[in-house]
Amino acid sequence: MPEPARDLVRIRALGKRFDSRKGLFGKRRSLKAVSDVTLDIPRGKVTGVVGESGCGKSTLARLVVRLLRPSDGNVMFDGVDLGRLSNREMRRLRRRIQMVFQDPYSAIDPRYTVADALLEPFQVQGTRLSAQQARDKVTELLAMVRLGQELARSYPHQLSGGQRQRIGIARALAFKPDFLVLDEPTASLDVSIQAQIIALLEQLKAELGLTYLFISHDLGLVRYFCDRIVVMYLGRVVEVLPAPRAKPRHPYTRTLLDSTFAPDPTQRRDISRLTGEIASAYDLPAGCAFAARCAFADETCRARVPLLAADPDGHAVACFHPLT
Amino acid sequence: MALLAVRDLSIDIAGIKPLDGIGFAVDKGEILGIVGESGSGKSLTALTVMGLLPLIGGRVARGSIRFDGTELTTLPEPDFRRLRGRRIAFITQNPMTSLDPVMRVGAQIDQVSRLHLGLDAKAAQARSIALMERLRLPSAATVYHHYPHQLSGGMKQRIVIAMALAADPDLIIADEPTTALDVTIQAQIVQLLVELVRDRGVALILITHDMGVVAQACDRVVVLYAGRVAESHGVQAIFAAPRHPYTQALIRCIPRDGMAPGSLAGIPGSVPSVANYPAGCRFHPRCDRAGAPCAATVPPLEHLPSGAEVACHFAETREVANA
Ligand SMILES: Nc1ncnc2c1ncn2[C@@H]1O[C@H](COP(=O)(O)OP(=O)(O)OP(=O)(O)O)[C@@H](O)[C@H]1O
Ligand SMILES: Nc1ncnc2c1ncn2[C@@H]1O[C@H](COP(=O)(O)OP(=O)(O)OP(=O)(O)O)[C@@H](O)[C@H]1O
Ligand code: SF4
Ligand SMILES: [Mg+2]
Ligand SMILES: [Mg+2]
Repeated sequence: MPEPARDLVRIRALGKRFDSRKGLFGKRRSLKAVSDVTLDIPRGKVTGVVGESGCGKSTLARLVVRLLRPSDGNVMFDGVDLGRLSNREMRRLRRRIQMVFQDPYSAIDPRYTVADALLEPFQVQGTRLSAQQARDKVTELLAMVRLGQELARSYPHQLSGGQRQRIGIARALAFKPDFLVLDEPTASLDVSIQAQIIALLEQLKAELGLTYLFISHDLGLVRYFCDRIVVMYLGRVVEVLPAPRAKPRHPYTRTLLDSTFAPDPTQRRDISRLTGEIASAYDLPAGCAFAARCAFADETCRARVPLLAADPDGHAVACFHPLT
Repeated sequence: MALLAVRDLSIDIAGIKPLDGIGFAVDKGEILGIVGESGSGKSLTALTVMGLLPLIGGRVARGSIRFDGTELTTLPEPDFRRLRGRRIAFITQNPMTSLDPVMRVGAQIDQVSRLHLGLDAKAAQARSIALMERLRLPSAATVYHHYPHQLSGGMKQRIVIAMALAADPDLIIADEPTTALDVTIQAQIVQLLVELVRDRGVALILITHDMGVVAQACDRVVVLYAGRVAESHGVQAIFAAPRHPYTQALIRCIPRDGMAPGSLAGIPGSVPSVANYPAGCRFHPRCDRAGAPCAATVPPLEHLPSGAEVACHFAETREVANA
């Protein structure tokens, strides 16, 4: 048998435009939430996507699992172009590609018990289970996310945030997928619970050989959890760090790192240099979107969009004046 | 005597007791961090010090709050009103709870100094614009005429800080002032608050759930757990040698450089709700050091020789894992 390709997912020139209108007769506006993203997601690794609110992380996640159709470009999953699949074919492939949301239970009927919620993916997929099989599945899935069996009869409002997130992960695991897209799965949780969930995700990845696309706005967390880090700014990938501790070369990544406070008062950051606000995605400047906040910006930066270029180590940066 | 000293403070809201024997002090030119997970009682502490507990049907059941020599727990509301906004200012997480959406932001800052300092319109405007510039709001004179919806989240929070500063307060209580903001904007606001304390000598109580913010900005730290103080100490000491098992566990929950994969474990279980506070030490069901007395007896907050205050039956049992 041939070796499987190194990359489970290949994303090529992916773009998503949203059109909206301000008020009934207002001006039509269009916004590029994701622009020209080219990215490979290696098998068995954790690829992190980090960036601030509105930079397009969730849009990218939804494009990758085809909850959204791209305006440009394509997503290849294990050699299959998702854009060419019929809805029916996509539904079958969905068993291998799953997404975990920030609060997955918000999408579930509050009258469902935990057991109902865990069995719902089987209904959606049209898989018939006997009563005994259903009970076994619930038992297996609860055990997988380290929850007690007694929770099976609980309702969402009886669960803590951390328990709900474990149920969300268990649902995603129902068909033993290869690929999980995790969109800020711990963003609304206390740190003590966030750490539990991250530990669980680490164990599941080792046990089940999963590949993750892990989305977060927390660079500290991403640096701990991920093998590679993709940094986004206003819809574009501005840097790909080939290793979590690689030294940032894009001034924005540097800024993000300087703004991430370590839990250590002997390592206080000097943040007096930070200025500026994030531009609106509706009226993006020409040139580099970060130029207005960048200490190194010059005429070139304000006129042309810097393209992502990788060095031999796979460290890619989109900047005319990368840091050394 | 500290500017603000809270001692043995307990409150009662319709029969439940969400705060039990809280104590801390903060002085001018000092930043006190109050840190704890969701539901630990941080916002209620702020509300109580601001004298706003009656608004939610609560009352102080025990203890004292002394501000610059005045006992606040028994202060009549008309007197409190002269303090609030004038000498004690409040900054909340969501700037829109403090801003009037249909009023220009400059006028909202003016209002504070006109009311509390008796400035006329012209003097108030000059003062507001100077404050906005001080807070590094770009083109302050223009933004002065804007409405809140025309500003970004970070700019709105700076307007709220300008309002808090307009009456030249002695104490600022900021309840998660940066939680809703992006990290780069959060960093700027934290930096501004630190500068204000250093330059103007105000006292700042910075309420946060973020140990990174505490480490970056605070001088002293109070760690709350389930409505009680678990530990309080200087910021260097509390990170270098935390004594309460909860403080130790909380610090271990935050990824930091050099941490090996798999070493982030979290704390088992979750924070209990007020109705389900366990007997004895409220942390005992989640504690890896709990022993016989923990489930039965409330550990008193004790002064250790190091200067730390710790409420744990085994505070002296040195633990090595954190080093
Ligand atoms: N369905 C939609 N219609 C119009 N605009 C949208 C839609 N979904 C997202 N956007 C816009 O696209 C941009 C990117 O949004 P997205 O949700 O992907 O960002 P994000 O990085 O996930 O942000 P956050 O950290 O706040 O979750 C934003 O400006 C957002 O307002
Ligand atoms: N008005 C109220 N009546 C009764 N209980 C309340 C009231 N407000 C808060 N509580 C309870 O008191 C406890 C402390 O709440 P508080 O809002 O002070 O927590 P917090 O530390 O600020 O949490 P967060 O980080 O979520 O803001 C919680 O268990 C909460 O449910
Ligand atoms: S008193 Fe007991 S249960 Fe509470 S923190 Fe100390 S050791 Fe743990
Ligand atoms: Mg998002
Ligand atoms: Mg609060």
